[in-house]
Amino acid sequence: MNAPLRRVGVVAMVLFGLLFANLNWIQAYKADEYRNSDYNGRVQVAEYERKRGNIEAGGTALATSKETGGKLRFLRTYPGGEKYAHVLGYKPVNLGDTGIERVENDFLAGTSDALIANRIKDMFTGDETGGGNVLLTLSKRAQDAAFNGLSNNQVGAKKGAAIAFDPRTGAVQALVSMPSFDPNPLASHDTDEATAAYNKLESAEGGPLKNRALSEVLPPGSTFKIVVAAAALENGIGKNTQIPAGPSYTPPTSGTPIRNAVPSICPESEVSLISAVTESCNTGFAKLGVELGADTVKEKARQFGFEQDDLTVGQLGEGGLPVAASRTGAMQGPDGSTDPAALAQSSIGQRDVKMTPLQGALIAGAVANGGSQMRPYLVRQLLAPDRTTSYYTAKPRELRQPVSGQVASDLRDMMVSVVENGTGRNAKFNGYTVGGKTGTAQSGPQTPDHGWFIGFALDSKGTPVSAVCVVLEEAGSGGSAEAARIAGKIMQAAAADSGGR
Amino acid sequence: MTAAAAPAASPAMTGEQPGVRLARSRRNAELSLLLLALVIVAAYGATVEATVLDTVTPDFWVPTAVLAGVFLALHVVIRYLAPYADPALLPAVALLNGIGVGFLRRLDLARAAPADRESLAIFAGNGGRQFAWTLASVMLAAGLLALMRDHRSVSRYAYTLGLAGIVLVMIPAVLPAKYSEIYGAKLWIIVPGVGQIQPGEFAKLALLAFFAYYLVRKREVLSLASHRFLGIDFPRGRDLGPVLAVWALSVLVLVFEKDLGTSLLYFGMFVVTLYIATERVSWLLIGLILFFGGAYLAYVLGGVVGGPFANFHLRAQIWLDPFADPYQDGYQLVQGLLALGSGGLFGAGPGGGEPLEIPEVQNDFIFAGIGEEIGLFGLSALLVVYLLIVERGLRAALAVRDSFGKLLAGGLAFTLGLQVFVIVGGISKLIPLTGQTTPFLSAGGSSLMANWLLIAVLLRVSDAARRPVTGGGGPAARPGGGPPEQLHGAPTEVIRP
Repeated sequence: MNAPLRRVGVVAMVLFGLLFANLNWIQAYKADEYRNSDYNGRVQVAEYERKRGNIEAGGTALATSKETGGKLRFLRTYPGGEKYAHVLGYKPVNLGDTGIERVENDFLAGTSDALIANRIKDMFTGDETGGGNVLLTLSKRAQDAAFNGLSNNQVGAKKGAAIAFDPRTGAVQALVSMPSFDPNPLASHDTDEATAAYNKLESAEGGPLKNRALSEVLPPGSTFKIVVAAAALENGIGKNTQIPAGPSYTPPTSGTPIRNAVPSICPESEVSLISAVTESCNTGFAKLGVELGADTVKEKARQFGFEQDDLTVGQLGEGGLPVAASRTGAMQGPDGSTDPAALAQSSIGQRDVKMTPLQGALIAGAVANGGSQMRPYLVRQLLAPDRTTSYYTAKPRELRQPVSGQVASDLRDMMVSVVENGTGRNAKFNGYTVGGKTGTAQSGPQTPDHGWFIGFALDSKGTPVSAVCVVLEEAGSGGSAEAARIAGKIMQAAAADSGGR
Repeated sequence: MTAAAAPAASPAMTGEQPGVRLARSRRNAELSLLLLALVIVAAYGATVEATVLDTVTPDFWVPTAVLAGVFLALHVVIRYLAPYADPALLPAVALLNGIGVGFLRRLDLARAAPADRESLAIFAGNGGRQFAWTLASVMLAAGLLALMRDHRSVSRYAYTLGLAGIVLVMIPAVLPAKYSEIYGAKLWIIVPGVGQIQPGEFAKLALLAFFAYYLVRKREVLSLASHRFLGIDFPRGRDLGPVLAVWALSVLVLVFEKDLGTSLLYFGMFVVTLYIATERVSWLLIGLILFFGGAYLAYVLGGVVGGPFANFHLRAQIWLDPFADPYQDGYQLVQGLLALGSGGLFGAGPGGGEPLEIPEVQNDFIFAGIGEEIGLFGLSALLVVYLLIVERGLRAALAVRDSFGKLLAGGLAFTLGLQVFVIVGGISKLIPLTGQTTPFLSAGGSSLMANWLLIAVLLRVSDAARRPVTGGGGPAARPGGGPPEQLHGAPTEVIRP
């Protein structure tokens, strides 16, 4: 019986050899993959050992970490709830992170290269200093105005967005997307609860998780006329030059006539450019676009920031919240030549023209700032955990120069005229000169129109204090007027905040 | 330990009459190895405290000292009752058991609120229970050594043991789920409010004793009467009866107790003892074909008709792709793999890991939990210790002179190895995961106690194997009045109880 016993001994060795080989596979070859797996809670336990830094605006903590005494030592809380959700994003235990929580994660968590000195110091002192603090540019009052304005809009719109920034610097003053959500349940340490909350939000009507201010693209409607007007001003047409208008215009190859919103708008055969803007004359701008040509209109839009697909809003460098590209569309027929009907409709912001709310604010901002478009940003400063050392302070930088100072000045006069005498009267507020442009965009054959307003406010010395864009999706009749009213409130709040700063 | 064990190897490997020249008891080697194992256990306990508590409490040595007292007592018992027993067995098992108790205590520390950790009593929690079970098991093992002065006396109770084994296996299957099912496996006898035992662990020993006896009786018939097919000798159809009976028993276990591991263990145990007894490779082939055929059939049936096979089908699915459902069905296996991977080569250090990420880490997945903290190197060392026990058991089987002893020791040693393979292979995704305990490590009194009894039997057989043929023994060592020593090593020996 000894021969089989010896063979059984060999079999046992082979079995253990298999175990050993398999353990090598798992603990050596696959180790890194498993160590950093999304399902590996250790990554989080380690991450939650250190107090994550605050995200603050105007001296108030908008995201902060509280000690729990549990296995995950700190719970992330968002005292502002829904109001700041799309800027801050959220930092859940078991889900993907978003927003500033995501883009500034390394600094907040204390693991960024900038904070390496703190980590080394900790090693010697035995202390556990937290992560760094991120200070945002947001104005609390402007954000309140934007959030309340959108939430309580008087046309019953369920979706929309508002964004405001300082045209001189690009510092974002307000950013709200409606509907919003409460990030607190998503950060729950009860992962089942967090998952349930996430699934509910993901399937909720209106897509509350989407940041509409940066990533929703919609037809801009008449707000696009500012771009066409800029192109016209650069092509020998003055702000008081008479341009062809009329009650109806049928482009050369298309049977569908373009009309004005109401028959009382520019029925005469010619109007001045400034009054075409003030009254939002569709026929005038359709004809103007066809006269200028598709390439000129598209190029002007591109100079204002259309077609850029890599813009981010965060720090003024790498990273940040991604911004969807705004598009003008091809405006071409099937054979590649310009389609005048498409061009005419595009010139009044319809057809395939699509714009983000941020792009709308960027147009208004460039006009207000003498033709210089500043790069928008959200992160004002990165502060060390002890709040004494600053690791980053935003230095405003120009994104591009869409128009010359003269053209910007003419556009400014026209937009001020819109608010003083035209469709944007609701945006007016005391002590400031307000300019803007409304837009009513057809969203589809069955759905109500979107209401837009882009605009700016200048103080008594003519210095721009705020540029804004408000959009109320599927708001129907009166949407753009309501958007103008909300925009006025936001700019008023931003102006008051920056005055007090 | 391997180095210390090596010198004893040569005599037994060489001849049909091993042990003759082995006059040395090697008890002092056992003592020094045991002390080394205890030092490792104490160091492990201290490291755990240093990591989890940030300080080493003044009485960190107390659990190790109590374990040391018990193991040393067993060592003394061995000195008197089995003076020629294999010196590597006790230290190896003591090391595994000590690490197991230490790791379970480490889990209790992690589960306790930080404020209560330093004052956590030794007998608290899982670690404390395991501690108590260790004391009881070692005492029981010593008792078995005292009671069974000659392993051949077991053969007198072979049929009783066989019947007891089958009854023990069947009890959980017939009990209502409430009294027998934990986490989907019906392997238990649960007395509500008191506790539970896993009768299969003890049945393993009883059945093996019966197999060994039965096969020694039948080995001629099984090995000689055969027809030749494809160059391999196959047994006659009528002799297949017992194999088919055990196979059916395994399948019943698989279906009614929903436990592939135990099923595989029983069947593997039987086939291997059958092979050792008959020296016929055909038995291994028949066994493998029957088992894998049965398992595959159960898998297919589980996918098609579900019912009693569904559990096995699910386990196989999880094995094929645990990450397909990482939060529900595959959760435990996924977390086990992540723990092993996170440990990497060197591990997070004792107390430095996050074993509680794995649900029920104290049971089936203890090897993964330990693996995170001691890494590939530490786990390899543990595997070597297991392999050492298995090979020393087989060595005893090689050296012992009677067929019953050979089958008993060989079968037990291989069964222990197979159990380690089944569970460690399961948690590391080598084979489908099955509900087996990791011998000497997992929390659970039944498993610990049964495996200590197994070790006691191996100690007894190895004592008989290494005892000098002349000048040793004496009447006290042969109470059963076994066959004269002159027949030693003879392959044709037959036990006549």
